[in-house]
Amino acid sequence: MNTIETIEQGQLVDRPAMQSGDTVRVHVKVREGDKERVQVFEGVVISQRRGGARASFTVRKMSFGQGVERTFPLHSPVIARIEVVRSAQVRRAKLYYLRELRGKAARLRERRPKTRA
Amino acid sequence: MVTGIIGKKVGMTQLFDENGRVRPATVIKAGPCVVVQAKTAARDGYEAVQLGLIEERPARVTKPVAGHFKKVDLPPTRILREVAVVRGEESVKTGDRVLVSMFAGGDRVDVIGTSRGKGFQGVMKRHGFRGGQATHGSMFHRAPGSIGQSSYPSRVFKGMRGPGRMGGRRVTVRSLQVVRVDEDNHLLIVQGAVPGAPGSHVIIRKAVAAKPVQVVQEGIPKGKK
Repeated sequence: MNTIETIEQGQLVDRPAMQSGDTVRVHVKVREGDKERVQVFEGVVISQRRGGARASFTVRKMSFGQGVERTFPLHSPVIARIEVVRSAQVRRAKLYYLRELRGKAARLRERRPKTRA
Repeated sequence: MVTGIIGKKVGMTQLFDENGRVRPATVIKAGPCVVVQAKTAARDGYEAVQLGLIEERPARVTKPVAGHFKKVDLPPTRILREVAVVRGEESVKTGDRVLVSMFAGGDRVDVIGTSRGKGFQGVMKRHGFRGGQATHGSMFHRAPGSIGQSSYPSRVFKGMRGPGRMGGRRVTVRSLQVVRVDEDNHLLIVQGAVPGAPGSHVIIRKAVAAKPVQVVQEGIPKGKK
């Protein structure tokens, strides 16, 4: 392990395995004044970037008919928890094509969970 | 007291601060260093110390350099740099060790290094000239433009900025904040970028004009009502 990795090690947080196409609920800690509360951002993972402590992922959701995307650092201490709600069968790693699609066209086919032998 | 140390840039990463914000950080392997020569006002006209960077592999040096080290009975080092000392304090002796522990988290430091060489570059990249229009039939794109007048002065003034070699020169980045110091592994983490490529050598010294640590004002978060 090189020096940079050793330094990043201390920042890594255990996160659930996600894949592009998964619908996730990201529990974000929001600070308002001196109060802290948790806000949930639920949407489809359309991109993941690897790279130790620099890893990040992008979640896209429709909010009142308006597409909203948010990119989170995967190991950010602002994220309290990530829940994988459902998985979808997709054929590429970056789902940027969803940006051009609306409504029915933007649906994703659900992936059957792999049966464990 | 010695004011600086020699280091090697390891690379950059990012760290989360206490508010969960991502901050750019540079990792520097600083020291251990040894004082090879102490310069005195009486003999050299100024006070400073010459530091050598101790590395794992022994240095292969020429005979004159070997003699310089033999005089003080130290193993030769590959990298030698001079740093200033604080006047009036107890003098530094040759053979003294200089370690990263001279810095602590929150300190302000200056980092001096050699910037990455960019080769022969035009005026837009080298000096930030604006150039001309890219489209609309413009035939003037990245050229420097006029560099003087005709009958008077009929010459180009000295120091006129033009194309040429860019980068590869000594650059000082001032008042960087020390994020963390790892004394066991001789590591220093500063916030922000430092000159040069990973593996290049830098001098880290106490900031000559330390900026106060920025305090984020508590209040209404940006962008939200």
